Amino acid sequence: MAMTMSGEATLPASKEVVWAKLNDPDVLKACIPGCDQLAKDDETHLSAVVKVKLGPVKATFKGKVELTDLDPPNGYRIQGEGEGGIAGFAKGGARVALSDAGGGQTLLRYDVEAQVGGKLMQLGSRLIDSVSKKLADEFFANFAKAVSEG
Amino acid sequence: MNVRAAAAESVGGAGIGKSVRRVEDERFIQGRGRYTDDIAAISGNTAHLFLLRSPHAAARIVSIDAVAARQAEGVLAVITAAEMEAERFACFPTRVKRQLADGSPALEPAYFPLARDQARHVGEGVVAIVAETLNQARDAAELIDIHYEPLDAVADTARAAQADAPKVWEEFPDNICFDFRAGDALRTEALFARAAHVVSECIVISRVGTNSLEPRAALGEYDPRSGRYTLHAGLQSPHMIRGELATIFGIAPGRIRVVAPDVGGAFGMKGSLHPELVLVLWAARLTGRSVRHTADRSESFMSDHQARDNVSEVSLALDDDGRFLALRVETLANIGAYVASNGLHAPTNNVGGLAGVYTTQAFDVKVRGVFSNTVPTCPFRGAGRPEASFCIETIIDKAARQLNLDRAEIRRRNMIPPGAMPYRTPLVFTYDSGEFEAVMDKCLKAADWKGFEKRRREAGKRGRLRGIGIACVIEIAGGPPDRPFEEYAEIRFDPTGDMTIFAGSHSQGQGHETTYHQMAAELLGAPSAHVRVVFGDTDAVAHGRGTFGSRTMMAFGAAFVRASERIVEKAKPLAGHLLETAGEDILFERGRFVVAGTDRSVSLRDVARASFQLRTLPAGFETGLQASASVALDKSTFPNGCHICEVEIDPGTGQRDIVAYHVVDDVGTVVNPLLLKGQIHGGVAQGAGQILDEFIAFDADAQVLSGSFMDYGMPRATDLPAIGVESHPVPTTTNPLGVKGAGEAGTVGALPAVMSAIRDALAPLGIKEFAMPATPLRLWRAIRDAQAGP
Repeated sequence: MAMTMSGEATLPASKEVVWAKLNDPDVLKACIPGCDQLAKDDETHLSAVVKVKLGPVKATFKGKVELTDLDPPNGYRIQGEGEGGIAGFAKGGARVALSDAGGGQTLLRYDVEAQVGGKLMQLGSRLIDSVSKKLADEFFANFAKAVSEG
Repeated sequence: MNVRAAAAESVGGAGIGKSVRRVEDERFIQGRGRYTDDIAAISGNTAHLFLLRSPHAAARIVSIDAVAARQAEGVLAVITAAEMEAERFACFPTRVKRQLADGSPALEPAYFPLARDQARHVGEGVVAIVAETLNQARDAAELIDIHYEPLDAVADTARAAQADAPKVWEEFPDNICFDFRAGDALRTEALFARAAHVVSECIVISRVGTNSLEPRAALGEYDPRSGRYTLHAGLQSPHMIRGELATIFGIAPGRIRVVAPDVGGAFGMKGSLHPELVLVLWAARLTGRSVRHTADRSESFMSDHQARDNVSEVSLALDDDGRFLALRVETLANIGAYVASNGLHAPTNNVGGLAGVYTTQAFDVKVRGVFSNTVPTCPFRGAGRPEASFCIETIIDKAARQLNLDRAEIRRRNMIPPGAMPYRTPLVFTYDSGEFEAVMDKCLKAADWKGFEKRRREAGKRGRLRGIGIACVIEIAGGPPDRPFEEYAEIRFDPTGDMTIFAGSHSQGQGHETTYHQMAAELLGAPSAHVRVVFGDTDAVAHGRGTFGSRTMMAFGAAFVRASERIVEKAKPLAGHLLETAGEDILFERGRFVVAGTDRSVSLRDVARASFQLRTLPAGFETGLQASASVALDKSTFPNGCHICEVEIDPGTGQRDIVAYHVVDDVGTVVNPLLLKGQIHGGVAQGAGQILDEFIAFDADAQVLSGSFMDYGMPRATDLPAIGVESHPVPTTTNPLGVKGAGEAGTVGALPAVMSAIRDALAPLGIKEFAMPATPLRLWRAIRDAQAGP
């Protein structure tokens, strides 16, 4: 089932700082809820292991992440897909755009679209929207903190 | 002691027609039933098989990395398509053959235990893992990396038949599996041309799952010394499955023993050959261990063969007086991704039911089977019969409204009169007997049809929409119609005089054991305490067809009658010897051989004992007393009945309640009224379940959305009122017991009757069509839209 979500967050740092953090695997790993591993394979490819809990289903996704449409320091498209074994699969992407919010702050806008299937879908279809929203909120809270810590 | 008193004592009022309590229930109620999983649990040292299933509805399997899984703790075997190719299995055989429009055979893609290059439905098995414990097998499954390349998928029946739909099989360009025709298209067209009224509707019959109380379970064993496999599994036709497994493995059937122990509900689904049956046997041979698999509920929702799922364009032509001239039905039937064992049975073999109990002059029926990225479909209680009755009864209701006729009256005008029997319908079936109008009248009276409008007004005062529904239905039992399948019975006495019945059709919870005891009491005067029933084991029972299509009472009954006659025939000379009377002067009455006109007699039990007394047996007598019979009847039977249902809907919430339900059935001779009632109640509940709540939901990518009991609504006891069941038996002459069959009757009537009531409740709002399921949300929306006006 396709899921879409969009939102924005105002971050307490300049566009350049935010952009740098958005491209730092260690920062991303610390901010993505349930992320056990995130390693850069090359400039635009990463490998990730992420644990997600959706209702009764707990899944460990191993996946590949790719960054495209790179436009430093204004944004990129981050896209990935992962197989969660027994739990199913997830794939999707987000378009991330940065703009100056004035006062040394940066506005980050994101548009996400994702698809999940298998057991995740079978048992968790009614929870996907709320869980995704919660994970996004958690990520941006963490990310804002990381950015402000400089 | 005189004969009658002796018989009464021995049989204890336990013969045919008595409400004998089920002999099985003592063990079931006390938790002493022995199901496949119980046998696996007590056999010890059993390994567990876990099936890693596709999360994709359609995907190319690019690679499978199972290295880590093979080395994981407790893992005994990891089986993938690569191992399967080396095994050279034959693909799953199918039982019903159909054609395409050009007369070439139906397209039946190869169905194997594991997906090969592509997965074609969510839940299709891709890798089987065998480990010491189930958790070890699951943990190992987590270590397997499968690289899938997702493809476009389609689940929806109508969508799958469209030209631009994703292809389930690249080699089958239009997703069409078969094209089946019945009836007379030209005559139908001519009758439509001169019809005064034509009533049409596109009728959608949802996809549902069986959800048997006992999930699918299988235990596989292999004995390397004899080279024999043993399968314990919840099944309906052990002998048939044995033959099919032998074909798949490429070995003689004698090298496989199939045992179906206690089975907790089958309903057609367990008549289907599922991949796990092959996998546990194969894994047992590979690992040298007993291997078990028991589906959990999540697996069941994704891998049990499912059912129904039709889209039918239905048109009824009527004359000025509301007499049915002709019926045209064009159906798309969802086959799933593969053709299941009986996958082509339900959509085609029971279309004869479209004739109903009416004198419609002509039919034009087209059924096309369509592939989709879903679990294969298979028969489910009714197997095409409820679908047929739903189509004809629903369109009749609509015609009644259009012609402003009472729904009972329009049916009455068109009913086949008893004097027309045997009645050859213009579609497929020839009915041997039936008093359809009398059955309907009895039900109209029981349900107080005439007094309904008063109840509707009274409900209206309470703010409720009340509706009444009627369905007059008939179905085939014990088919196929022209050539019913045979069944096997064997009766064997032991030296103590006790009798063992070996039966080719066994119980999945219906209570067959009880009815077999009743037959033995009725025909041979054998008291229950001296009768044992053995069934469901291919090593113990020489032959069997199995339990399906409401056939056991007629098919097994006929075989048992023949075997009983042979027992009497064989025993009579010995009885004559014991009574010192010539055989021709001896009568057999209620378990005793009696010298005509005297009170001298000897019981069959004593004759059986004597048959083992070698030294006293006269010359020429063989030791022991046993007889068997395999009987194929010439004709199927046609159980029929009238169902009347009343519902109330709260227009503010869409909440609906079935407030009254009456059935008058003609199942021929009633073997056990108590069990019959149970069959009708259960059938009604399953039919009502489909109309009210049950359905398998997919999203646009063919992902399963109704994958647990949180999302799939099963009927509950509180959803049903006390169901009134009355019988109007018109015994058939086409089998010796006069029975017509009862297993599916409840479902066949409930689908149309419950929907008829729902639609009647909605009719005052101007709602003319409403499709299943009648969930509160869907009802509330329909009511809101109607109230909002056009």
